[in-house]
Amino acid sequence: MARFDPYENNGGTCVAVAGADYCVVAADTRLSVGYSILSRRHSKIAHLADKCVLASSGFQGDIKALQKNLSAKELLYEHNHNKKMSCPAMAQLLSNTLYYKRFFPYYAFNVLGGLDSEGKGCVFTYDAVGSYERTGYSAQGTGATLMMPVLDKQLKSRSPLILPARDAVTPLSESDAVDLVKDVFASATERDIYTGDSLEIIVINSSGTRRDWIELRKD
Amino acid sequence: MDGSHANAASAPAAAGGGEGMQRTLNPYVTGNSVIAMKYKDGVIMACDTGASYGSTLRYKSVERIKAVGKHSLIGGSGEFSDFQEILRYLDELTLSDHMWDDGNSLGPKEIHAYLTRVMYNRRNKFDPLWNSLVLGGVKRGPKGDEKYLGMVNMIGTHFEENHIATGFGNHMAVPILRGEWREDLTFEEAVKLIEKCLLVLLYRDRSSINKFQIAKITTEGSTIYPPYALKTNWGFSAFENPSQGAVGTW
Repeated sequence: MARFDPYENNGGTCVAVAGADYCVVAADTRLSVGYSILSRRHSKIAHLADKCVLASSGFQGDIKALQKNLSAKELLYEHNHNKKMSCPAMAQLLSNTLYYKRFFPYYAFNVLGGLDSEGKGCVFTYDAVGSYERTGYSAQGTGATLMMPVLDKQLKSRSPLILPARDAVTPLSESDAVDLVKDVFASATERDIYTGDSLEIIVINSSGTRRDWIELRKD
Repeated sequence: MDGSHANAASAPAAAGGGEGMQRTLNPYVTGNSVIAMKYKDGVIMACDTGASYGSTLRYKSVERIKAVGKHSLIGGSGEFSDFQEILRYLDELTLSDHMWDDGNSLGPKEIHAYLTRVMYNRRNKFDPLWNSLVLGGVKRGPKGDEKYLGMVNMIGTHFEENHIATGFGNHMAVPILRGEWREDLTFEEAVKLIEKCLLVLLYRDRSSINKFQIAKITTEGSTIYPPYALKTNWGFSAFENPSQGAVGTW
């Protein structure tokens, strides 16, 4: 008989790349369940604060609850501190929120991107229970294993001993980074059945937040 | 997932012996697919009127689409008693909204958000409402008449689309809708398209019955039409004498 499983994987991939003075956050818009596509244009991205954007893939019910939770806490922070939450502050909050449900986790694989308090791009990458790290770039979700090797080749410094540390932020220009993200999604879409339909790209820089949108393969 | 297994293991023990914890473990009386789509004047929704008890067709005249407030329709598939419970929740919600008497009324977007929270919350307590709900409606907003159509399932997965089908409809009706749906369908065209989907389900879904109800919602209000049957065609020559030409038949 039907046995109740509280989780399902609605698929999809999220990516973020940090630049010297910008951050690119992108996610596909396919919502799947099993071998079916529920929606081709469902956004996985939440704008939590001015310079702070969260992209999550995994179980959509948990993702929406998590994003609402963080939005509410951000609003309380604004009321208490009379300023919007910075990206590193949100990063810590997200980690704590995820660990809070360590024994019934949010099935959400998150990538947080934005500008830190100095205006430099920052990307934070998470697992489902809140362990996190600040990096120069990251991919999470069903297509992440297809994308990370490509991003590593393009963006990772050859050795951590080479100074200045290169993979903190990429020296690529904003448009080059956006092109790289588009390429890497087009590649993952070819082989990952859960990634495709269309790609939502958010670019955060000193002048604000810009939204771009391109089609991906729909098969 | 260790936490969830511990919960699941202890609950039957508790239900058997001491604490009397009750939760839905399996669905019993279940409703079939619900199909819905936006059309020019609003949203149209259809489903059959059957409710099965496992493989038995137990109830043949069940209304699985109901009006909610002035602006929405809800269609439910899955455990029928849980659907009735949801209708009770919605009654409470719309009643208290009405009693405020402040000129505001809950639109489909609000009802969908409310239902999503209810379903997700029950899933968190490991006592789900075993349904897939379709919420459609039209409400006058700042940008004119805004049509809305959304779905939420038993664990809280929810989304908005131009056309939705639950259960088997997801596999059989959605491909038809994705090919033939247009923004500006008239009511008659929408009915024809939805009947095409209902027919496919009737032929291919074992638990479907030939008694359907269509409902529509526009800014004027909701209408749930009386049940009717679709014309089916079984007159294929291969059906007339199925063993003709087969070797070794008797």
